[in-house]
Amino acid sequence: MELRINQKTYQVEAEADTPLLWVIRDDLGMTGTKYGCGLAQCGACSVLVDGNVVRACVTPVAGVVGREITTIEAIEEDAIGKRVVAAWVEHQVAQCGYCQSGQVMAATALLKHTPKPSDAQIEAAMVNLCRCGTYNAIHAAVHELAEGGKA
Amino acid sequence: MKRRIETPQDLLDLPAGETINLSRRRFVAGTAIGALVLGFGLPVGVPRVQAAAATAERGTQVPAFLEIRPDNTVRLLCPFMEGGQGTYTAMAQIVGEELDMDPAQFVVDSAPPGEAYVVMENGMRITGGSMSVRMSYPTMRRLGGLARAMLLQAAAEQLGVPVSELSTEPGKVLHAASGRSLAYGQLAGRAMDLPVPDPASIKLRDPGQFRWIGKPVRRLDAYDKSTGKAVFSIDIKVDDMLHAAVQHAPRLGMTVGNMRNEAQVKAMQGVHSVHTLPGAVAVVAERWWHAKRAVEALQVDWQEPGADNTLRVMPADFSSAGWLDHLAAQTGPARDDEHEGDLAAAMASAKTTVEASYRNQYVNHGQLEPPSATARFNPDGSLEVWLPNQAPDMFRADIAKRTGLAPEQITLHSPLLGGFFGRHFLYESANPYPQAIALAKAVGRPVKLIWTREEEFLRDVLRPVAVVKFRAGLDADGMPVAIEAVSATEGPTEALAGKQGEKIDPTALEGLSGKAYAIPNKRIAQIYVKGPAMLGYWRSVGNSLNDFFYESFLDELADKGGKDPYELRLHLLRGNPRLTTLLQAVAELAGGWKPGPFTAEDGSKRARGVAMASPFGSHAAVIAEVSIENGQVKVHDIWQAIDPGSIVNPAIIEAQVNGAVALGLSQTLLEEAVWQNGAPRARNYDLYPILPPQRMARVHVRIVQSGEKMGGIGEPPLPAVAPAVANAVARLTGQRVRSLPLDRHTFS
Repeated sequence: MELRINQKTYQVEAEADTPLLWVIRDDLGMTGTKYGCGLAQCGACSVLVDGNVVRACVTPVAGVVGREITTIEAIEEDAIGKRVVAAWVEHQVAQCGYCQSGQVMAATALLKHTPKPSDAQIEAAMVNLCRCGTYNAIHAAVHELAEGGKA
Repeated sequence: MKRRIETPQDLLDLPAGETINLSRRRFVAGTAIGALVLGFGLPVGVPRVQAAAATAERGTQVPAFLEIRPDNTVRLLCPFMEGGQGTYTAMAQIVGEELDMDPAQFVVDSAPPGEAYVVMENGMRITGGSMSVRMSYPTMRRLGGLARAMLLQAAAEQLGVPVSELSTEPGKVLHAASGRSLAYGQLAGRAMDLPVPDPASIKLRDPGQFRWIGKPVRRLDAYDKSTGKAVFSIDIKVDDMLHAAVQHAPRLGMTVGNMRNEAQVKAMQGVHSVHTLPGAVAVVAERWWHAKRAVEALQVDWQEPGADNTLRVMPADFSSAGWLDHLAAQTGPARDDEHEGDLAAAMASAKTTVEASYRNQYVNHGQLEPPSATARFNPDGSLEVWLPNQAPDMFRADIAKRTGLAPEQITLHSPLLGGFFGRHFLYESANPYPQAIALAKAVGRPVKLIWTREEEFLRDVLRPVAVVKFRAGLDADGMPVAIEAVSATEGPTEALAGKQGEKIDPTALEGLSGKAYAIPNKRIAQIYVKGPAMLGYWRSVGNSLNDFFYESFLDELADKGGKDPYELRLHLLRGNPRLTTLLQAVAELAGGWKPGPFTAEDGSKRARGVAMASPFGSHAAVIAEVSIENGQVKVHDIWQAIDPGSIVNPAIIEAQVNGAVALGLSQTLLEEAVWQNGAPRARNYDLYPILPPQRMARVHVRIVQSGEKMGGIGEPPLPAVAPAVANAVARLTGQRVRSLPLDRHTFS
């Protein structure tokens, strides 16, 4: 089947129900998107499909044929994604970093739909798990982006 | 006499005690283990080399650590693993300060195993116990100083001037008299071939002149970790590799019997082969997804452990609740860890006595990166393994033992850790690398094995549990004069050893023992109860439970004696200026000590609690503010004052406090590994919730630098969180909680 990922077209051979995550990581070699739970619980595998955040570990690859997929590898090619990354660096968000690809994707999706989200909207959108406890730094970064801050 | 080391054989021939110098360039050419990242991995591990290097001064083999490149960037091979705690950045600050090189110019990777990298003052090399910076600080500073001296010497030779006429600025050597300068990158080739100077000749920088140590230097890994570029073990890819997944025996110790549908599974899409491993079955496939699906389809007749079993067997009737009741029923014998004064007499003459029994819950590590390992046998018979670890030398030694290979035939790669919190020590049965190595050997190709989250929850080692029985006596003024704590428990260190040592396992009682409060009569003791669960270290280890017990019970004493818990602590710490200052600092940070209950601006009724802890060479004081929302505890704010003596990076410390608070809140509010019928109830985050962002508190940090000996940072901010919250809840609701997590209790 044919996938559109990061503005490029890929031919992949996989069963229809293979999770998008494993096609991205193993078949296409893009390992920035992470496996954390396989159950859509943690959000480490978050990618954008047509600008919406989805959890690639439970997304059958057949369901995203013909859709525009964005992974963390191309996040800075997106104007909002680039701002999110800059804010993440500015606020020194990452600790171990394993969940941060997904966090950056979730923040990018939020700001694409809602450029100036309220605190409640931020709380509703930023639900990915982080075991290192970077939640306050994430909140500060997204809050600043929501206010159109320096990042 | 200093000898130049040209070849691995020279190292072998080195007499004990020799100060050695490694020729970096010759090593690259001469060594057969050029597969290491930088090409100058040391062929250590041979007993003679270890004997020789062990008596040399630690951390003096400059070329083993540093590569200064022509573009004036510096590659540092770090003795410690980076798993979020910021050690790569801290080491760049420390080395850079004395090398005279901006830490931003550093690229840091973890060093391979080897005696050269054993830099901790306790003679170990592990990443744990919050020890990396505090145990290697002088040595790593000196390493930078040694490298700077070598660059100065090289510049003197190149410019034909005496060293005394030279100075450095960040990244370059200056000759003021002639106005000439040479970048470090221009000098490195010559400098790294020079003998390493006498370590005693290095004069370290005056701390008053520090440019980077003590400053909020930005993390070196922030960008890569924000863009998916950071590489973890799970991301490793090597040519021609196959993927593997395993299904473990439902209970540890069980063995593989008949695989009922092996033929069907072998025929499944993408399957390369099906394997039997000790206590597990595995499927190797061209794709991991295929391996996972196939191995989960395998129907195995698991056999009860045989007579030859060497593992800690998980019984079919084991339950975590039952085990805690078993601990609570223990009456002894107990061994004393601390015994001061005359407890019996003090209790007999006390005006009031208080008794309480506390217990905690098992918890999992829950690091976001599931364990994995990649193994490759090379044509020359050598083995390369990529794996998460907190102690590379111990892992390599274990691999050598398992495979029969000599240590120098084993190359260990230690990628970034996707969280660790104590998860990646050498735990029998809890690491995937023995399986990956066995599978790579069996299929004759490299194999990457990833454990699913479900297999991880099945085999992760647990944070220990304890039941602690307290007794205390108060005098006529309501002041504590006697305290006794007897803990029925098994500490993680004695659990790993499989037996009680000659001395009490400090990781069992830390946080009960070692309290600074001036209570004249006390006894802290342990009833050792060996259990069936596999135990391990969890961030802040024994303190994570014991400070909850002790600091909660101390508030009970304050209540019983009619004392304010903050004032009582101040009183019990009189004559201890360091902890008095710290306690006052956290109160000041919180706008003064206001226990409440009070009504907040949003109309919610709130209260505050206070607690302290002194783990891993540092001291911490915490105030928590809570309310009850829909019967559940909500923690609004955590104020934490922490005194690690002196510091390297205040920004990273603040991040570590945030992280420790998050994990501390997680174990306080909601986290619990429940076992029933010999199996964990939860095998994923759906039934084992970890702290979600909605339940994080605001965190306010004050760093107090007392100037005392440097303490740890990764773990010390955790233990005081739980008791501060529990004490606030008791203040607010009148309910004294003696077990965690709080979500198990109902509040109104």
